[in-house]
Amino acid sequence: MSITFTLNGEARAVEAAPMDRLLDVLRGPLGLTGAKEGCGEGECGACAVEIDGRVVNSCLIPVFQVEGATIRTIEGVAGERLTRLQEAFLAHGAVQCGACTPALVLGCEALLAEEGQISRAGVREALAGHLCRCTGYQKIIDAVMDAAEDKR
Amino acid sequence: MSRVYRPKDLAEALQMRADHPEAAPLAGGTDLMVTRHSAPREAYLNLFNVEGLSGIEVIQGGAIRVGAATIHRQIACSPEIQRAAPILAEAARVIGGRQIQNRGTIGGNIANASPAGDTLPVLLALDAQIEVQSAARGARLIPIEGFFKGYKQLDLAADELITAVIVPDHHQDALYFRKVGTRAAVAISQVILAGRVKRVEGRVIEARVAFGSVAPTPIRAREVEAALIGHPVDPRAADALDVHPIDDIRGTAVYRRAVAHRVLRTWLRAL
Ligand SMILES: Cc1cc2nc3c(=O)[nH]c(=O)nc-3n(C[C@H](O)[C@H](O)[C@H](O)COP(=O)(O)OP(=O)(O)OC[C@H]3O[C@@H](n4cnc5c(N)ncnc54)[C@H](O)[C@@H]3O)c2cc1C
Ligand code: FES
Ligand code: FES
Repeated sequence: MSITFTLNGEARAVEAAPMDRLLDVLRGPLGLTGAKEGCGEGECGACAVEIDGRVVNSCLIPVFQVEGATIRTIEGVAGERLTRLQEAFLAHGAVQCGACTPALVLGCEALLAEEGQISRAGVREALAGHLCRCTGYQKIIDAVMDAAEDKR
Repeated sequence: MSRVYRPKDLAEALQMRADHPEAAPLAGGTDLMVTRHSAPREAYLNLFNVEGLSGIEVIQGGAIRVGAATIHRQIACSPEIQRAAPILAEAARVIGGRQIQNRGTIGGNIANASPAGDTLPVLLALDAQIEVQSAARGARLIPIEGFFKGYKQLDLAADELITAVIVPDHHQDALYFRKVGTRAAVAISQVILAGRVKRVEGRVIEARVAFGSVAPTPIRAREVEAALIGHPVDPRAADALDVHPIDDIRGTAVYRRAVAHRVLRTWLRAL
């Protein structure tokens, strides 16, 4: 079937079987490899993307469900210059092997865009579905709190 | 290749359900997309973003009607639910991580009928009703307790869909929710307790004590409820608890029973 949606601000159409995983369609025909496959079972969050403003795991999304949707991937976050959060990730050493990083940055950007104050506990809760084997999370939380400073 | 049926609204979904009983309802897919590799289905019936199946509204008597395809995140953030049934919002907050809450639905949690489903003991404690519909016979309301007939067995006909959950307003009662797992979020629960107590002049006149993960279905501990009724809360009522969990990779039966008792006593002491 042909599926149409908005991807990182552009109208796109792609041919795929309806139950193909969005993750595979992004990484294959659409050539966007920022979303990674870690577990393929919804546990690790490495494949996270934003659909209609909500961060979800693309390994659990059958592609037919994004017909007409607005999708943002990490490629849509990256611009000519680093975002405040990306700079904070670098400054705090919140990136090691990088496998979790694209999805984490996307998830943290979504969190920062939400209303209201951001607390360490809130960051912890919001990131519970993102596994990182390297950093021990503290540096990631430090980076998000740092980037959140500007909001206050 | 699996077929997919894509209704535009609830009426069409019910008709397709009747015409294609082999198609598995697919809402957020957070259960089905995981199991489909080991247990693929020949067809799916989409319920996500189908008009008339999601949303939260206050109905007669202050009760709240939650559409089956409402995502956990919306439940967690709903002021109506936070007021009338805060323990349902609390449960929604600890289901998986944010990405799971942004996609998984309450109808999927109920239909999946896992003994470890986090919303299920809560719905038992709240005396929720399940609304199911079919194209042929219209709607029926089923008290949640009768809805789970055995391990993963529901009171749901082949042509029916779960369409909503009705939760009465319990804001005046004492409510409690506690999930014990290896991590607060994400982990599948080892023991879940949901409780509700209504008191008049200090005496308990209504009690609900519901557990998840200690039996093949979510259950009410009626022996504890009976021990609580008629007098001020006595934490020793916890000693009446009579549950028979199983051993599995997440915990032994002995451990689970001890945790269930401990969590229950902690709640009763705090009341
Ligand atoms: C990483 C991860 C963590 C998780 N953590 C938790 C957790 O902590 N606690 C917890 O309780 N669950 C957890 N789950 C399980 C799952 O997310 C929930 O059960 C969720 O509520 C399922 O909803 P869904 O819409 O995604 O269901 P789906 O996968 O779409 O469907 C699940 C089942 O329900 C049926 N169904 C769905 N909607 C209807 C309907 N309206 N009428 C009839 N049948 C229907 C489907 O046919 C299927 O059998 C987790 C899952 C993952 C992948
Ligand atoms: S690959 Fe999707 S959550 Fe792990
Ligand atoms: S940096 Fe290696 S997994 Fe997070």
